Amino acid sequence: MKEMRILATITALVLITYYGIEPYAHHIMHPEPAPADYKFSDLKNVKKVKGNAANGKALVEANCVACHSIESAGFAKMMPDADAAASYGVVPPDLSTAGNIYESNYLANFIYDPVTASHLSHKYSAESGKTHPMPAYNWMSSQEIMDMVAYLQQVAATVKVEVADEASVEEQLKAQHRATFIDACGRCHSMAYAGWSALTPSDTLKAHMGAAAPDLSQYIKSRGEHYLHSFINDPQNLLHGTSMPRVGLTEEAQEDVIAYMEEIGDSKKADRESLGWKVMLYMLVFALLALAWKKEIWKELH
Amino acid sequence: MAEFKKAESTLEWFDQRLGVTNLYKVMMSEYWIPKKINFLWAMGVILIMLFKILLISGIFLLMYYKPDVNLAFDSVNYTIMQEVGYGWLMRHIHAVGASVVFLVIYIHMFAGIYYGSYKKGREMIWLSGMLLFVLFSAEGFSGYMLPWGQMSYWAAYVITEIFGGIPFIGDELVVWIRGNFYVSDATLTRFFMLHVLLIPLAILGAIAFHFYALRFPHVNNEDGEFFDYDEEAEKYLAGNKKESKVVPFWPVFLSKDFMVLGFFMIFFFYLVFYHYGFAMDAINFDKADGLKTPAHIYPEWYFLWSYEVLRGFFFDIAGISGKDLGLIAFAIANGIFLVFPWLDRSPLVKPANQRPYFKYWFWLLIADLIVLTIYGKLPPTGVNAWVGFFSSMTFLILFALLPVITKMEAKKVGGE
Repeated sequence: MKEMRILATITALVLITYYGIEPYAHHIMHPEPAPADYKFSDLKNVKKVKGNAANGKALVEANCVACHSIESAGFAKMMPDADAAASYGVVPPDLSTAGNIYESNYLANFIYDPVTASHLSHKYSAESGKTHPMPAYNWMSSQEIMDMVAYLQQVAATVKVEVADEASVEEQLKAQHRATFIDACGRCHSMAYAGWSALTPSDTLKAHMGAAAPDLSQYIKSRGEHYLHSFINDPQNLLHGTSMPRVGLTEEAQEDVIAYMEEIGDSKKADRESLGWKVMLYMLVFALLALAWKKEIWKELH
Repeated sequence: MAEFKKAESTLEWFDQRLGVTNLYKVMMSEYWIPKKINFLWAMGVILIMLFKILLISGIFLLMYYKPDVNLAFDSVNYTIMQEVGYGWLMRHIHAVGASVVFLVIYIHMFAGIYYGSYKKGREMIWLSGMLLFVLFSAEGFSGYMLPWGQMSYWAAYVITEIFGGIPFIGDELVVWIRGNFYVSDATLTRFFMLHVLLIPLAILGAIAFHFYALRFPHVNNEDGEFFDYDEEAEKYLAGNKKESKVVPFWPVFLSKDFMVLGFFMIFFFYLVFYHYGFAMDAINFDKADGLKTPAHIYPEWYFLWSYEVLRGFFFDIAGISGKDLGLIAFAIANGIFLVFPWLDRSPLVKPANQRPYFKYWFWLLIADLIVLTIYGKLPPTGVNAWVGFFSSMTFLILFALLPVITKMEAKKVGGE
């Protein structure tokens, strides 16, 4: 039928154009990044021995709590965030959930040498005159570092996200996503659409890292889930020279973070997807009625 | 004043005052449309529907949008998209509608070219249609600036910069358009005014003019056949509907249009809810930053072909800089369609496939426009730059050849 031929021609031309300006152009402008490596297998300074948490506890108390709080284990913050930021360049993280959100091989190697693990040697170099706020513990043995990791994991296992008793499963999940986001990203990044301001003041961070950390409210839309998965896992792969450290999140923690970015940045996704097919169905009913009416009217014309 | 009888019915009451029966006849039941048409003749009604959708969703968006460089981005992406009930729906409909309206405009326009619906008395239909295209382009461009994202800013920067190439007054003109030396708050507020007031007003006027221009030469038909409308209308009114070559606008023509519209709207809402990325570029969800140039700057898809003609000339020829050549070619590309009826020298009003030479010309033009559109988005480096150059040249040469081949066609079919 002639009309079908016309429709097929137009559809083909539109699809060719669409393919060129969307999937193909994106493929050219944004080459596929390397897949995320959640084992951080490039880090090999610390041998993967079994840690002793009791021994780790003593080591952490002797080496970490001078700067880091571990609120869930009773070590409170030493000073207000702004003061901490002014002293160190960036607010040091509370370690309550460190054993959970950071992958263990990464965490061990980070303790061993933070600059190498976070891929920030271009920021903390001899030329830049800057040093990482956390000293390297490369004088420790692998056993000692793994003991500390074991202790941090033990602490993290006891941390529960606080939610109201009557919270639904969905609300509990959302609270979990938010908690992970705050621990993993919230020291540097704000999330204005969720009322979250970075713990480190923007100017302090800029002076320390050379760039202010962007607000992440719309990053799920501007970057997309696919990009974020790869970027968070290793920022240097996609944005060479960026000030953002590789933070070493486990796959689960990273999924929490991205889920939170979507909950805040694309909060109407569920509404959109549940309303869409209903509107389309409504238009289908309209179209079929219109078709029947048209046939009725046109049958006396041919 | 004429003598007034007391009206016997409500209809008569209105008839006495507004002549509604006559109006209904003239506008609806005795506005004659050819019977031999296909679904491409429904594009006008689809466009009217899309314009209505854009107008209504735009009115709702206007209630919360703030035209200020400090507030615009969040008023769109937070207030409208997240806070206001169904604000996200209005924004999606508006953004997708603005993109899809161009798809339908292009189909409408190239169907007009294919069927030769621009000549032999239909020149004003064509011209008023092209005026609408220009106005919609300005509307699309000004609207794209309003969310104040990175692409809003940089597309505005690049496009306004183009006017700087106009001899003598270029630099001053750019400042005059922007209201500042760079794209700034003044630029945003004036484009806001253009987008919500001046251009929509002009569009409403141009739509009325476009419809009016259709009344005397009548709508073309699938075969390009000319016939006596009064005679055919008489046949229809006498009940000889099968033989008559015309149908009334209402209900016959519109019943078909509504059917096409219904199926089209399923597709439209699919895009609105599930596939809107092509109309809402990811980069535009980064707030405008005049200090951070995005890696790739490109206009919306419907401007890509002419943008590529602008970029296509990337080297100097005969002492004229590539930039100037691009500007000249760009000006030609944007103006040439206006004079289309006078470039086609053949008297033949027939579908392109029944015209001996024009059929090749038409499909070559379509192919070239698709190539231009695709390469208009790709980075203009290496082989892409050459594809851009040759497809831009092809565009210009095709239009230079149009009068020649249609003249040859006129000679060949002269006997008919």
